[in-house]
Amino acid sequence: MVNNMLQIEELRVEVGGKTILKNVNMEIPEGETHVLFGPNGSGKTSLMMTLMGFSGYNVTHGKITFKGEDITYMPIHERARLGIGVSFQRPPTINGLKTRSIVEISAGTRSVDVEELAKQLNLSDFLDRDVNNNFSGGEIKRSELLQLMAQQPDLVLLDEPESGVDLESIVLIGDTINLLLRRGIKHPREKPHREIVSDRTKSALVITHTGHILNYITADNGQVLYDGVLCCSRNAREILKWIREYGYKECVRCTL
Amino acid sequence: MYTIDDARDVNLENYKVDAEDHAYIDNLSQIKSTDANQLLDVGVDTDENDRVGSFIQKDKSVIHCKTMQDGIEVMSISQAQEKHGWLSDYIWKNISPDTDKFTSQAKKKPHEGYFIRSLPGVKTEHPVQSCLYIAKEGFSQNVHNVVIAEEGSELHIITGCATAPHLVSGLHVGVSEFYVKKGAKLIFTMIHDWGEKINVRPRTVTRVEEGGLIISNYISLRPVGSLQMYPTTYLNGKGAVARFNSVLVANKGDFLDVGSRIVLNAPDTRAEIISRSITSGGTIIARGDLVGKVSGIKAHLECKGLILKDGLMHAIPELRAYVPGVEMSHEAAVGKIDQREIEYLMARGIDEDEAISTIVRGFLNVDIEGLPPGLKNKLEKIISETQKDMI
Repeated sequence: MVNNMLQIEELRVEVGGKTILKNVNMEIPEGETHVLFGPNGSGKTSLMMTLMGFSGYNVTHGKITFKGEDITYMPIHERARLGIGVSFQRPPTINGLKTRSIVEISAGTRSVDVEELAKQLNLSDFLDRDVNNNFSGGEIKRSELLQLMAQQPDLVLLDEPESGVDLESIVLIGDTINLLLRRGIKHPREKPHREIVSDRTKSALVITHTGHILNYITADNGQVLYDGVLCCSRNAREILKWIREYGYKECVRCTL
Repeated sequence: MYTIDDARDVNLENYKVDAEDHAYIDNLSQIKSTDANQLLDVGVDTDENDRVGSFIQKDKSVIHCKTMQDGIEVMSISQAQEKHGWLSDYIWKNISPDTDKFTSQAKKKPHEGYFIRSLPGVKTEHPVQSCLYIAKEGFSQNVHNVVIAEEGSELHIITGCATAPHLVSGLHVGVSEFYVKKGAKLIFTMIHDWGEKINVRPRTVTRVEEGGLIISNYISLRPVGSLQMYPTTYLNGKGAVARFNSVLVANKGDFLDVGSRIVLNAPDTRAEIISRSITSGGTIIARGDLVGKVSGIKAHLECKGLILKDGLMHAIPELRAYVPGVEMSHEAAVGKIDQREIEYLMARGIDEDEAISTIVRGFLNVDIEGLPPGLKNKLEKIISETQKDMI
């Protein structure tokens, strides 16, 4: 039997008194990467914020299970320590806190070569800058991934990793995500592909509006969130093709 | 509710203007350890490593004074008056004794103060350190300081002010007149560590000539009864620059009314004021006043305040332009810590308390120019202790 990394059952979530997620059911098995599509305002980011436990996202019904543990009402930092990590789309600036420090915070008790990681992400010059202060879109994404590389979560939640990123950065971002999820083909090839895949334990949920990131990372499955309901679950590239051709209107037809 | 009470008035009659003399100390390492700790906390290095001069005054007595670099003069103001007849052209020339009752008290009942001067073209290899220290209960310490950075020189001063640990009541009046001559640079860092009931009234005026630069850093993290100061800087020469940073913490019952005023009187002058303040049960009035008198000047004021638990934070940023063609701006923000910042850090695995203290440390951690590494580490440690007490 495949172990589920994440299981969401009948999740209903209110934000500011308004129901944003109506009834979400989702399973992400260990080692799998799923892509979450959906038009703007469909609740994708809300789902991610709820999974991380942010304030303002009130679960009114349902249950979230991570590695077999009920985390529905668990504080944020306990979820992080249990192994969930997020790349935010628009993280706040923290004045006076150096990027180096937040990477060290993310590493927790792990020993991490911050300089080397920063070098890989082309962020060496950013370590002594305040967190997210005057960072460009691509710099923010790389800084988020730098923190995740230090954190090494088992379940990675990526919110629109390609948005606002220039072409040069997106290749690096794709490579880093692959490295983080052990899905890259660039790491030492001492083992056959079959073994690498079967040893893979890291899971991910990648939120994307455009699907562009699929040119750089591989996914096991795709889902569509439409108007607070998951309306589709199948091959990610197939979904993307349909959305590209017919737009999210097709998803409306599917939900009818 | 907290209200601003301007009535934190000081009655001068409640303070003694005389104190017993303290013996001169040839070697700073021989200073009493209780006093030494207080000095260390405000940046004085008793080994005098990485310093090019020292001036230590306890109550009304100068207990240590020396210079270790040619071209740098460090002496008491009375000594300087004896030595340099021309000093009368500087004393009470930036500030009039009639300014207020504190300045007139400093004129009537003076208790020394320092004279620090860098001769033309001389650059300090390390900072000069000074400390004004109150040990006598109920004493009003009235000092008069003069700093002159002569043409083309660079002078770096770290000055600390503190009180003996047992002290309950005291008043510090400090009249300071700074002169930054043509092309000179003055970095002046002041660290205050007063007592809970001590009243502090510094009165500082600086004049900067053509191409001169003053960087002033002011740090007050420890309790103080009341502190009121509004140092004024006149940028009188073309291309003169002033940068003022202040970091303030008000604990329960503290009253801090602190601002900087910079008057841009000459073309191409630049001014920047950055203030960070946190109140946890005290009152902070954070003022800033930029005055543009000629076109082609640039000035910016940034004033950020946090109310941690409760307290009063009153930010008063002011911009005054008297001619067209000036570029002046300010940003002021007062509030609590942004919940999004707290949760962002929690998502990296630290709990809420750790997240808050990390943010507070960062908030107070203004990159202060010209601090020696030892003092920087010391300040970071004090900031970290301070924020623990506040939360």
